[in-house]
Amino acid sequence: MSQAKVPAWVNVALIPLLNILLAFLVSGLVILAIGENPIEAAGYLIYGAFGYDEGIGYTLYYATNLIFTGLAVSVAFKGGLFNIGGEGQAYIGGLGVGLICLSLDHTMPLYVIAPLAVIGAAVFGAAWGYIPAYLQARRGSHIVITTIMFNFIASSLMVYLIVNWLKEDGRMAPNSRTFEENAWLPYLHELFSPLGINIGDSPLNLSFIWALLCCVFVWGLVWHTRWGYQLRTLGTNPTAARYAGIDTAKVTIWAMLISGGLAGFVGLNEIMGVNHNLLLNFTAGYGFAGIAVALMGRNNPIGIILAAILFGALYQGGAELAFELPTITPEIVVVIQGLVILFSGALEHMFKDRIEGFFIRRAVA
Amino acid sequence: MFETLILMLDATMRVSTPLIFAALAGLFSERAGIVDIGLEGKILGSAFAAAAAASVFGSAWIGLCFGIVASICLAMIHGFACITHRGDHIVSGVAINTIVAGLTVTLSMYWFGMGGQTPALVGDARFLDITFPFADAIASVPVIGPIYSNLLSGHNILVYLAFAMVPVTYWVIYKTRFGLRLRAVGENPHAVDTAGISVAFIRYRALIICGILCGLAGAYLSTAHNAGFLKDMSAGKGYMALAALIFGKWRPVPVLLACLLFGFLDAVAVRMQGVEIPGIGQVPVQAIEVLPYVLTVLLLAGFIGKAIGPKAIGRPYVKERA
Amino acid sequence: MPYAIELRDISKRFGAVQANKDICLQVPAGTIHGIIGENGAGKSTLMSIIYGFYEADTGHIEVDGKRVDIRSSQDAINAGIGMVHQHFMLVENFSVLENVILGAEGGAVLKNGIGAARLELQRLAHEYSLDIDVDAIVEELPVGLQQRVEILKALYRGARILILDEPTGVLTPQEADHLFRILKALKEQGVTVLLITHKLREIMASTDNVSVMRQGEMVAHRETVNTSTEDLAELMVGKKVRLTVHKDDAQPSDVLLSAKNLSQFDSQGVKRLKNVSLELRAGEILGIAGVSGNGQSELLNVLSGITPMDEGEIHFAGQVINAKAPKNAAQMRDLKMAHVPEDRHKMGLVTGFEAYEAAVLGYHNSPVYNGKILMNRKAMLDECNERMAAWDVRPPNPHLKTANFSGGNQQKIVIAREVEQNPEVLLIGQPTRGVDIGAIENIHEQIVKLRDSGKAILLVSVELDEIMALSDRIIVMFDGAVVGELDAKDADERTLGLMMANAFNEEEGVSA
Repeated sequence: MSQAKVPAWVNVALIPLLNILLAFLVSGLVILAIGENPIEAAGYLIYGAFGYDEGIGYTLYYATNLIFTGLAVSVAFKGGLFNIGGEGQAYIGGLGVGLICLSLDHTMPLYVIAPLAVIGAAVFGAAWGYIPAYLQARRGSHIVITTIMFNFIASSLMVYLIVNWLKEDGRMAPNSRTFEENAWLPYLHELFSPLGINIGDSPLNLSFIWALLCCVFVWGLVWHTRWGYQLRTLGTNPTAARYAGIDTAKVTIWAMLISGGLAGFVGLNEIMGVNHNLLLNFTAGYGFAGIAVALMGRNNPIGIILAAILFGALYQGGAELAFELPTITPEIVVVIQGLVILFSGALEHMFKDRIEGFFIRRAVA
Repeated sequence: MFETLILMLDATMRVSTPLIFAALAGLFSERAGIVDIGLEGKILGSAFAAAAAASVFGSAWIGLCFGIVASICLAMIHGFACITHRGDHIVSGVAINTIVAGLTVTLSMYWFGMGGQTPALVGDARFLDITFPFADAIASVPVIGPIYSNLLSGHNILVYLAFAMVPVTYWVIYKTRFGLRLRAVGENPHAVDTAGISVAFIRYRALIICGILCGLAGAYLSTAHNAGFLKDMSAGKGYMALAALIFGKWRPVPVLLACLLFGFLDAVAVRMQGVEIPGIGQVPVQAIEVLPYVLTVLLLAGFIGKAIGPKAIGRPYVKERA
Repeated sequence: MPYAIELRDISKRFGAVQANKDICLQVPAGTIHGIIGENGAGKSTLMSIIYGFYEADTGHIEVDGKRVDIRSSQDAINAGIGMVHQHFMLVENFSVLENVILGAEGGAVLKNGIGAARLELQRLAHEYSLDIDVDAIVEELPVGLQQRVEILKALYRGARILILDEPTGVLTPQEADHLFRILKALKEQGVTVLLITHKLREIMASTDNVSVMRQGEMVAHRETVNTSTEDLAELMVGKKVRLTVHKDDAQPSDVLLSAKNLSQFDSQGVKRLKNVSLELRAGEILGIAGVSGNGQSELLNVLSGITPMDEGEIHFAGQVINAKAPKNAAQMRDLKMAHVPEDRHKMGLVTGFEAYEAAVLGYHNSPVYNGKILMNRKAMLDECNERMAAWDVRPPNPHLKTANFSGGNQQKIVIAREVEQNPEVLLIGQPTRGVDIGAIENIHEQIVKLRDSGKAILLVSVELDEIMALSDRIIVMFDGAVVGELDAKDADERTLGLMMANAFNEEEGVSA
């Protein structure tokens, strides 16, 4: 009953904002502690992220990965599952992209390779999500632990495959040969320049558009299909799901397939869009960052886009910051990311209860 | 052949040590009902704090103290989120791991400016190997000699401490009042509360012990096993310890065996690098490396035995109408 | 002589709910004192205050004439108060001994205390005939013995005042009888017993004095010998308007559903449903009476397809459903079976959903609510608006979160959803639990209307009033089995009450 008295904007805007503010405040203290001026640092950060065309391009390029992993975490979460294995699913998804590109780039044009690569990323990522999902749904193992384990298994598998099978002949570097250019996803600045629009050179590529389409897809799927209805029922009230005759095991497995597939698209951006070869560790923690993005974006596609851009800005701005203030490393961004997870995730009740209580009391008075 | 085995077992002990500390740390936390995937972060945080303090003060022991304090602080953040504010244990663990991964590099760059490392530790700033009495004298005696001189002797104090912690943990968990209450809290916190004991206080104390043990694991990595801190040097040991904890079904002695098994697999993997086995050919190192994770997954899925954790694990305790 | 325990003007408020109001109670030492009241009368809150789980807003407690401040369970234990909770507070994989000493270990190292505890337990067990194997693992013990562990726990801590909260809810009649013998033995040793229950029979059989609670207030104190079941029942319910439902005689026709020898085991392998057979005819309301927890929920779950049966079969809509050919809840709905679950929060609704979403739960796959790919939001909203008007759901806002409706309106949303599907068979559990008076009448009318349109209704309720007012035929369940069946016309509270306690045969000497 009491919930009704809390205005919607409190939960949608005020509390997330407060949490992010707190995360920035603590990060500011860290920066202060290492003898730099947080305001100055923030200035460099914002300029680096949004101050010029290339910066914005980089920001959106990072955001692309984060949208994929943020959506991945949130789809699973909507079904009451904590998919902590985005990292591994993204890694294996990249393998799928790489294999398609390596086998077709001599013979096929981009418009054949690109859709196949999308499917490859989705199928491989989904497959890596399938096993933990199956084990949770049918054998009762805990999905958090299994997906953690699968991150490590993915990592070893990729090292094995790249070092033993996919490495370029006669080279030491553990990565595949560079794809032919017809297996490169076009950069947005290349696409835009014929139209007379100059957006500055950056790794931002077509997969950003795909990421936005995925947001629309997830929004429709979760909020406007029966499957989404079943997913949300399962996530909020598993007993009601059984009462409604929902096949919970099937929904669980499909949720993880979709989640894994979405995470796999990181491979699209990284392998086909930017690196143009298959290499080690290209996921670089995006899978875990997806947790922060989903938490901040409150599992809502619009929120996820905003949160992904925010974190993308931190990545890009952090690099700029480290360049301008050498005492600061880009890893400060990881600290901020962790603080966001802490405040908007683990400590969500700290403010929520008090603030809601305040509005309830005000409404009563 | 025998000598090879001794060498591998010797390596097993060294590799297992941080796993044993961390897995026992997880045991205290999880038996009290707090899921701890933040073991990794606590190890890393302690490794950094220990190496930094050891290099500044020139003493491994002072380093150890700093490592433990850092690790306890992180454990208290976890407690504040999970116990006091009923936060999600997994989310809190992920947060801690992420914060530490960033903070250690940031701070070490600031203090030491060496690309995220600490200066190499020398002399008293490291825990050095201890040689048992007469180790040299009986080294040449067959069988007993290598076992005594190479396998048992010649480790640093933390290795011995790790093994000693197993019976100590067993005793605390099963033979003391604190242990009884700790196990009860992990199974049914309501029973503890109605018996007039504070659930939160027990869980906080469990987390302090968890912090101490993770502190030891981290300090071992940077001031005993290695000579300084490296970026991300915990390299998944916290997660492997978690796997060992599950594989050992949350019981001290089986957990020790799981740690030794995982450590042994690591030693085997190193040993097997590039070695041809007759009839099989080269076994990829990665295949051995993933075994701990694969085994744990299989166990959790009930294909090899069954892992049943503490009943109230991961659930915040909310006082309800009795 | 001072009272063993005395409560003075205890009040406690939870938000808008006044759970306890100016409660006064005097319990002489060495007596068994019953506290009786309906569900929700505030008994459990009061006991939680005495045991330090909650602090009272006002008032205080005296033990042996001395005022005590009870702020925690520890304070209560120190004051000599012990409690046996309705849901046992035991660590299931601990031994009896470990459970008993938890919190009173007698030293930092267990070894020191455990030997003494063993001896003390043996003494207590002997003194109060509470025999038990102290090394047994609690989860392997039957429920009656687990309760004994709870009592031993309290006594071991030196409790002189023992509170038992609904202690017989989970016991077999034999176990319950044994419990009352134990309580007598405790009384003879000078222990004061507070017995909280809503079962009149137990009060009459075992207590010296009884206090009656109603709507958070203590309304009467009686000596048990000077009162009667009727007297207490009236005090308990107050001047309650008797439920009357206007309905004509039933016109039962074809058998729409028949169940034969249904059995079901829970995850621990305990048989919860025991060879239940029943027939449900078109145009009748079959009431299932029974004390909560005697297999009614399991019956509903099995009939509706939520849990698969282990033995027996159901004949419904031309289909034979058994363990080999089970049907899930969605398939049962397709055969036109509707189900209003007993617990709407746990099962019937998703409280985080908006009303129009919750209003299609279980029917979300129906073509009515779906387009080719997406769900048809407009159809869902339109229908929800219509039903809210027809069923007088307030506020009539389909976008309001279901959690924010009152109990009665939530229930209307659920019942409307199930009834408007025009089912052949309606299973309905606790239709008016937590529902205000006005809505009760409305819901009862709708159920009768459905019957009169030739549908079959299976009604499960723990409210005898409701069962008697609505049913055409009544089946009584006890311990997972059907123990009696009678025509509603022949049913009175006494007969049903005895059957529900499975005491009918013994007392009457006839077979039901």
